Amino acid sequence: MQDASFLPKIRSVGLNGLLVTFGDKATDAANRAAIAFRSAVDGQNWPEIAESSSTLVSAFFRVNLSEHRFDDLKARLSEILETQDWSAATLPTGRALWTIPAVFGGPRAPQLAEAAEAAGLGVTEAETALTAARLRVLTLGFAPGQPYLGTMGEAWNIPRQVGLTPNVPAGALVAAVRQICLFTKDTPTGWRHVGQSAFACFRPRSDTPFPLAPGDEVRFISVTAQELAGIETHNRDGNGGALREVLG
Amino acid sequence: MRGLVVIKAGPAIALQDLGRPGYLAMGLTRGGAADVRAVHEGAALLSQDPHLAVVEMAGTGGTFEAAENLRVALTGAVMTAQVDGSAVGWNASHALPKGARLTIGPTRSGTYGYLHVGGGFQTDPVLGARATHLSCGLGALIKTGETLPVGTDKGKTVGMTLGPEPRLDGGTVRIVPSMQTSDFDEEIRHRFEETEFRRDPRANRQGIRMDSEGEGFSNSKALSIVSEVIVPGDIQITGDGTPFVLMAECQTTGGYPRIGTVLPCDMPRVAQAPAGAALRFAYVTLQEGAAIEARAKAGLRALPGLVTPLVRDPAMMQDLLGFQLVSGAVSAMHSPLDEG
Repeated sequence: MQDASFLPKIRSVGLNGLLVTFGDKATDAANRAAIAFRSAVDGQNWPEIAESSSTLVSAFFRVNLSEHRFDDLKARLSEILETQDWSAATLPTGRALWTIPAVFGGPRAPQLAEAAEAAGLGVTEAETALTAARLRVLTLGFAPGQPYLGTMGEAWNIPRQVGLTPNVPAGALVAAVRQICLFTKDTPTGWRHVGQSAFACFRPRSDTPFPLAPGDEVRFISVTAQELAGIETHNRDGNGGALREVLG
Repeated sequence: MRGLVVIKAGPAIALQDLGRPGYLAMGLTRGGAADVRAVHEGAALLSQDPHLAVVEMAGTGGTFEAAENLRVALTGAVMTAQVDGSAVGWNASHALPKGARLTIGPTRSGTYGYLHVGGGFQTDPVLGARATHLSCGLGALIKTGETLPVGTDKGKTVGMTLGPEPRLDGGTVRIVPSMQTSDFDEEIRHRFEETEFRRDPRANRQGIRMDSEGEGFSNSKALSIVSEVIVPGDIQITGDGTPFVLMAECQTTGGYPRIGTVLPCDMPRVAQAPAGAALRFAYVTLQEGAAIEARAKAGLRALPGLVTPLVRDPAMMQDLLGFQLVSGAVSAMHSPLDEG
């Protein structure tokens, strides 16, 4: 759903770079635009850009603005912006599709029923919705490699709970505001703990320290608590039984 | 093994360097030393590459023993320092012969002191850097009994000093407007500039809370924003109107609006301000900020040329022959980057 009234805007972020924003609400279209635009600019290999990233609605280009003029770079980014409607752009190729086993509900994910109720669904319906959804890594953040996955249906526009759950474990799937977050590490949170995986989002000493990338797609398959325990006993690589396929 | 034995570690000392750039998209912030200028000062004193790892010491240091002849330099927050019981100067380089003990006591001014060794600390890099990033599980605090490996030292000169840029007691910090600055009413921005803040004791390498009397700085327009990129130096205003300056280990994104961003060259002043120190924020335009920052960067590159021999009180010189005051002395003409 695109917010037609929003014109992309380019702003400076301190002296650290330029931010190109595609929406003032976290919509799926704005996120697709941010990912596609970042990829297009990266493809041009500008020497001024030290690195880039994308957030829920923006692409960020890290540029030393004490060496390179903001106005010049803004003009050059504007030219690329004007070449197409970025919210309708196709996502970059070479992205991965991940299939990640997780337990839904029960002692390992105690807030599934609560989240289902907030979404106006039965527990089984909620679990079906969570495993049927093909989600996209909207952005990585808050902790290294930690994905914010979207976008769930409108029913899942459930608010964060008022109080924090003091310690939701690494590998947890938590839900709020039509997104699922998969925790890198134990985290206090107001998001509801609906599932539990053994997938490590950050593997600092492995060849793939950050298994997920923005734009990757993720689906969850339901396993029993016993099956998850089995996965956890043979999980030295942190992959948690996940399967990775490359999207064409 | 070339190394520095940690006889007694202070409670918050850890290896740092200039951080791990390149992982913003993956949600990993750059991290690295809180006072980047101090890292460059130490490198200039030892005539070596500023990318070499150093020990960052918050509040107090510890006791260290050289496993073989080493050169050391001390920069950043001024702490008491002794080699085998004799006081040695801060902002200077010293010989630490094999078996000698360096004792670094509590800060006298500032917050983060730095211990540099000739050749740098050579732990195994993780993701391209040696910087400790506790909240991300990269590295750990240095513990009593450890031996920190030290790289090959190509330099010989010690007994050098460098007058540091004053930055240890708060003061005025320059900021540029940032992405949400215009969402704050003019009145709030004006009051923000006019307010004298105190550095709250609630501060760490992720962020520093700024206290002030009177009303907070929240702005209804700026309350409900989508989470957006954070860079170190961003000043976020939390829901109750309190400013936090985000530091080297801040997260990569955040949902609180930013009223401005501290110039990178003024971040050491924020980092070093001790609890209770007065700080003010002054807006400069993006163009002014860029010019100030460019001059500061040039200043960092010029540091090696500003190093001078330490003028010593002969009464304090126990081992004159142990110091090579001339050979390898740096000049502004030759390359300061003596790769470790």
